Amino acid sequence: MNAINGLRRNDQPIYLDYQATTPMDPRVLDAMMPYFTTKFGNPHSRSHSYGWEAEEAVEKARAQIGKLIGADEKEVIFTSGATESNNLAIKGVAHFYKERKNHIVTLVTEHKCVLDTCRHLEQEGFEVTYLPVQQNGLVDLERLREAITDKTVVVSIMAVNNEIGVIQPLKEIGALCREKKTFFHTDAAQAVGKIPLDVEEMNIDLMSISGHKIYGPKGIGALYVRRKPRVRLVALIDGGGQERGFRSGTLPTPLCVGLGEACEIALKEMGAEASRLQTLRDRFLTSIQAKLPDIYVNGDLEQRIPGNLNISFAYVEGESLMMGIKSLSVSSGSACTSASLEPSYVLRALGVEEELAHTSLRIGFGRFTTEQEVDTAAEDIARHVSRLRQMSPLWEMVQEGVDLKSIQWAAH
Amino acid sequence: MAYSEKLIDHYENPRNIGSLDKNAEDVGTGLVGAPACGDVMKLQIKVSADGLIEDAKFKTFGCGSAIASSSLVTEWVKGKTLDEAGTIKNTDIAKHLALPPVKIHCSVLAEDAIKAAIADYRAKTEKKTVEAEESAQAAE
Repeated sequence: MNAINGLRRNDQPIYLDYQATTPMDPRVLDAMMPYFTTKFGNPHSRSHSYGWEAEEAVEKARAQIGKLIGADEKEVIFTSGATESNNLAIKGVAHFYKERKNHIVTLVTEHKCVLDTCRHLEQEGFEVTYLPVQQNGLVDLERLREAITDKTVVVSIMAVNNEIGVIQPLKEIGALCREKKTFFHTDAAQAVGKIPLDVEEMNIDLMSISGHKIYGPKGIGALYVRRKPRVRLVALIDGGGQERGFRSGTLPTPLCVGLGEACEIALKEMGAEASRLQTLRDRFLTSIQAKLPDIYVNGDLEQRIPGNLNISFAYVEGESLMMGIKSLSVSSGSACTSASLEPSYVLRALGVEEELAHTSLRIGFGRFTTEQEVDTAAEDIARHVSRLRQMSPLWEMVQEGVDLKSIQWAAH
Repeated sequence: MAYSEKLIDHYENPRNIGSLDKNAEDVGTGLVGAPACGDVMKLQIKVSADGLIEDAKFKTFGCGSAIASSSLVTEWVKGKTLDEAGTIKNTDIAKHLALPPVKIHCSVLAEDAIKAAIADYRAKTEKKTVEAEESAQAAE
């Protein structure tokens, strides 16, 4: 069990959605508290000690963030979160270098904020290549090599996927980008603090970081912007010229301090936490596989952060399963839970058939997950999958030996 | 998404889950929807000699609203004539369960399932009548 016990009240469901967000580590909150009240200064005030005190705290946080990813503190820009960081990185370089280069390469499985940023740039006249992924969710490096041209300004590939947790080969991608003289941006919101990252070793030029995915506060993130060789950006937000002119606006000192503290804790505990989570995940998977036939893990199981599983429970629709497992908080790749009524585009990109995509759950383990919670979750899920299969006409047909593909289903 | 108490009750305590013998002459089976769309309903009715639906069973692959809609209609059709059952409207199902707008298609599917089960039963009995007439003619 980790440092903090009893974070969950007994009447609350078991939280297994750590890829959506994380609770703040109480140690992070402790570090932040003074900066709301007594140490409230504007870090940009140069004329008195309130300002200096706040500035010192912000710069310490910047260094803590830099240390976690092998960067210099001067290369860390504070933003409102990973969505803003992704927007700033991609639009920023695209706009700055638009006279010479007009092409962007990304993956179809990226987070919506990267895909939507790229769509926006397409409307401005940029060309975007959306590379498919392999069945395990990983980029095909040969296809990536072929996609990069001398007009490619940036390759934006996420470090870890938010739905299936797979880790892209960052070092190889970085080397390729360096060789082809194009910038490498990575959305590392799900990776920072979970796996070792080094911007030098991996030749990363721009990296997006989120606070609330790493037990820090919501509303803060960071963007790493390489200084040597220098990456230039056109800012999205103009004003007082804070953050090297990349991002104007008064810094939220308590949030910056919180993100810094979260990074320092992650650096210290990452190794032990990863192996603990790996054990919990293996325990969960072994248990659920022993209890249920016909379940499938989506995405590569080896190249994956330890705190994520994405499983299709064939013949049981995801939302109905979530209605059953009321004491667990997970998320689903089913269409019925999304506003768009489309099943997960990430799962579809892996070639997971739509009928299986509808049956998938994302189960996320994290710092405060206990062995008992994992056992309860496995039992609960197995019980409800079995119950729902008993009322599934598809399960019945498969048991009778009917090939579901042989049936002419009426699409609706 | 907040669901009505009636809907949750039908999801947690579904009525009439199960299967009837689809080859029996007095059973009509409706199978509607598609796995790729995330909803498949199988609804079966057993019709008595005097033309009343004396039993109904369902199995559903789909969200909670789909399960509740099909559970509800098995209750509604019991004791009705085929013509009466054929008048059940999706709007009645949606209203009774207070389905949210994005789940209206579940009630449409449940209406389709009853209609399909009735059509299957009628096709079977027609075939039986035709066969009986043919064998009667052959005997003459």
